[in-house]
Amino acid sequence: MISQLFLQHYWWIIISILASLLVFLMFVQGGQSMIYSLPQNNTQKTMIINTMGRKWEFTFTTLVTFGGAFFASFPLFYATSFGGAYWVWIAILFSFTIQAIAYEFRSKPENVLGQKTFDLFLFLNGSLGPFLIGVAVATFFTGAMFTLNQMNQVHWASRWYGLEALLNIRNLSLGFAVLFLARINGLLYIINTIDNEPLIRRSVKGLIANSIPFLIFFLFFVISLLFSKGFASDPITGTITVEKFKYIHNLIQMPVVLILFLAGVVGVLYGIGITVFRKSFSGIWFSGMGTVLAVFSLFLIAGFNGTSFYPSLYDLQSSLTIRNASSSLFTLKTMMYVSFIIPFVIGYSWYAWKAINNKKITEAEMNSEEHKY
Amino acid sequence: MIDNIDLSLVDWSRAQFALTAVYHWLFVPLTLGLSFILAIMETIYVKTGKEEWRRITRFWMTLFGINFAIGIATGIILEFQFGTNWSNYSWFVGDIFGAPLAVEGILAFFLESTFVAVMFFGWNKVNKKFHLVSTWLVAIGANLSALWILVANAWMQHPVGMIFNPDTARNEMINFWAVLFNQVAIDKFLHTISSGFLLASMFVLGISAWFLIRKREEHMAKRSILIAGVFGLLSSLMVAYTGDESTRTVSKVQPVKFASMEALYEGKNNAGLIAFGVLKDTDKKIGDKKVREFGLKIQIPGLLSVLTGGDRDSYVQGLSDHISGNDKLGTISTAEKIQNGKYARDILTSYKRARLNNDTAQIRALKGVFKDKDFQNKYFRYFGYASIDKPEDVIPNVTVTFYSFHLMVVLGFLFIMIFSVALYLLFRGTISDNKWFLWIAMLSIPLPYIASELGWLLTEIGRQPWIIQDMMTVSKAVSQISAGSVVTTFILFAVLFTGLFISEVSIMIKQIKTGPKH
Ligand code: HDD
Ligand code: HEM
Ligand code: HEM
Repeated sequence: MISQLFLQHYWWIIISILASLLVFLMFVQGGQSMIYSLPQNNTQKTMIINTMGRKWEFTFTTLVTFGGAFFASFPLFYATSFGGAYWVWIAILFSFTIQAIAYEFRSKPENVLGQKTFDLFLFLNGSLGPFLIGVAVATFFTGAMFTLNQMNQVHWASRWYGLEALLNIRNLSLGFAVLFLARINGLLYIINTIDNEPLIRRSVKGLIANSIPFLIFFLFFVISLLFSKGFASDPITGTITVEKFKYIHNLIQMPVVLILFLAGVVGVLYGIGITVFRKSFSGIWFSGMGTVLAVFSLFLIAGFNGTSFYPSLYDLQSSLTIRNASSSLFTLKTMMYVSFIIPFVIGYSWYAWKAINNKKITEAEMNSEEHKY
Repeated sequence: MIDNIDLSLVDWSRAQFALTAVYHWLFVPLTLGLSFILAIMETIYVKTGKEEWRRITRFWMTLFGINFAIGIATGIILEFQFGTNWSNYSWFVGDIFGAPLAVEGILAFFLESTFVAVMFFGWNKVNKKFHLVSTWLVAIGANLSALWILVANAWMQHPVGMIFNPDTARNEMINFWAVLFNQVAIDKFLHTISSGFLLASMFVLGISAWFLIRKREEHMAKRSILIAGVFGLLSSLMVAYTGDESTRTVSKVQPVKFASMEALYEGKNNAGLIAFGVLKDTDKKIGDKKVREFGLKIQIPGLLSVLTGGDRDSYVQGLSDHISGNDKLGTISTAEKIQNGKYARDILTSYKRARLNNDTAQIRALKGVFKDKDFQNKYFRYFGYASIDKPEDVIPNVTVTFYSFHLMVVLGFLFIMIFSVALYLLFRGTISDNKWFLWIAMLSIPLPYIASELGWLLTEIGRQPWIIQDMMTVSKAVSQISAGSVVTTFILFAVLFTGLFISEVSIMIKQIKTGPKH
């Protein structure tokens, strides 16, 4: 028998998968954030932009689908967070809007705004996108300033409408960790797909330079998370209480998640390691898998085990859990049938991805390709 | 409930939504139609193996790519704007409305964005068959995304398949198929995609005409005109047919919108269909709204009665019938609907109070009321009326709806003529010599865009003051943020979109002038 509780967990898993794929695919943004610093000449820059440009739509569509799926399965979150933390989300949207046209328009003649502007758009999206998404996700742990009335209408208690999240160092540290992770994955992806000796050498160097800040911010976030209080919801009444070391408890009570999380971290480090020390080209697959696992398990400890995944710091009982924020049984079930198509979607995406990536990007190709950015 | 709503907040939020929607819709219809035209052209290439068709396909594909990118850029704002600017709405109906949006992402956007990459970059990487399949899948994906978003929009025009749950204070879906096969959704989908096909055909026809005027690329231009002419003629006929169906459906499910788009204040038998009319102010009023009458009109007598009721004698209800009610037809007055809506709202308030006081007997009793069919049909269906002040407030803007409807229809018939003439001249072999026609075809490129935007203005403004017909007014739907924030984002988006739009048009014109690669 399929219960609502089962479906709420099922949908939280889907949301977590989408989120983790999104963070991995933000290697595109990571690459964009380095267009000024990484390439030494124009050809290298063109190659970087084209290798990212063939994948940007995947990332973008994953973001859109993440939003749509969140709306359908946990509409109260969609209504509360978007309608309250207005400015954070608007900034994220804005940064993706300017990305969507930048690739297609940047090198076209008579594009009015000029190539410099479009490159700036790519850079802004590349740096702000991952950072802000990291900050927004951190509020799943650190909470936000809202209250819901009896009709479940949101009232935001901060006049900053979401910008206040930028004042919390834990939020900032996750934002930076995601940004540097995106850059690491971007470099690994470049090493994997571009056939150009000098660029690869520079990328390996960049890898080391980005890994250090990544580790610092990431460890800071994780350690502070483990020692922070969490918001627990009573399985019967739904009452929210503050619980010390909630996230440590979650990891202990869900050992599988702990294993996934550790495997994820090891994966990322291994991917970096084999690239730096063994000159491997396939670091991206390990670090990509690692990213997916780590983000996936972070989402699970945010929402599973009776945890509030969107705590309210202003009115404890307004906090959102996967139980009180979800759609009805009927909708969740209908959507579950729809979700059965996801493996098929992943299958054909993978197939098309490989078809495009079967040859490495080279200088020669850049000169002959008709659809070039 | 939140009662002290800042009106300027509502208006700015509407303006922002309208701005982004109007921009999005400048690009989407071309994607819907051109993707199919590309697929048809490439099919001919693969079947005949002739290089020239590959060249033709690639030329139009470049234009497609430019347009596609900006469509996506504007789309993402729309999707999240339901949350950012209409959060009360997003909760009230999220159980139903979210599902089509999610399906759209999973089913349609992925299809589109995966295969668009193959379509753009795969020419030298995958075999011909795989490439052709990808092009078709892009077209199917694009049109599937139209399907889901239109299902969602149709539901707002005519909410079906749900029940209100007082515990969660929202509508919950009970029948997915009712939502999907909503009559309004079917009409809307068919009418919208065919209008997109039409628009893209006019785009291809007009640009090809320009090449002929310039005596360049005549070969390519004529082949393109052949495809655009046939595809355009078929779709313009379908637009007229589905438009007619939509009109009929509107007259049933949104009679007030219908009366206002016909500018029919007083109901009558033997009502004529206005082919052309000019509205002017009068001294008459409904409540405090001025009545506007025709200063000039050309009408086909009796046709409106025939179209809506089946025969000349059938009575078509006017706006005053809806406001004051019409006993003979069993139409209840708006004042009464307001009463009923308030009653439903009071029950909900009592229920919430009972919950607060843990008054179990009262909770059980009132829960029963919500499940009662009679209560649902007589009272709860007018829930939204509780927030209407004066009966005449339910009348949308008659001037806008009337003109946008009639202009759209006139243009629709003009397009049928243009495509017919194009095909006629092409088959006679004289199209290159008919300069006047080539000019008309070229100058007509903006017209389907105008018709298409007018269609949306009619749909959306005709629905006012509702965000969900009879259930929720726009002012109740808005997010509680500061009006200043919305003004700022409005300006931000206006500047950004306008900048991008100018850039797009300039690139497009340059690419057209450059012509296909050799
Ligand atoms: C899925 C739903 C949906 C879809 C597909 C569209 N809209 Fe819409 N539109 C709304 C949902 C909506 C809305 C959320 O319901 C709004 C916001 C406030 C309101 O009253 O309706 C709205 C308002 C709105 C307004 C302002 C009306 C007013 O305030 O008087 C305009 C002019 C448009 N839209 C135009 C469009 C255009 C040109 C569209 C074509 C792409 C479009 N809409 C698609
Ligand atoms: C308020 C309503 C709408 C929302 C929220 C919305 C949302 C979106 C989003 C998020 C995208 C980008 C998708 C991607 O990542 O590839 C998009 C693109 C698209 N949308 Fe919309 N959309 C709306 C209205 C419409 C309508 C009415 C149609 C068609 C009838 C439509 C058809 C399309 C198509 C074909 C695309 C693909 C690319 C392009 O725009 O050129 N959309 N839309
Ligand atoms: C030929 C006669 C036409 C008729 C009788 C007609 C009728 C209608 C009606 C009644 C609506 C409103 C539906 C609603 O409120 O739900 C509508 C909407 C619309 N029309 Fe037309 N139309 C015609 C031609 C055109 C043309 C030529 C175009 C564009 C090229 C067009 C594009 C649209 C669009 C995009 C909408 C909004 C989507 C929708 O609500 O279906 N129409 N039309």
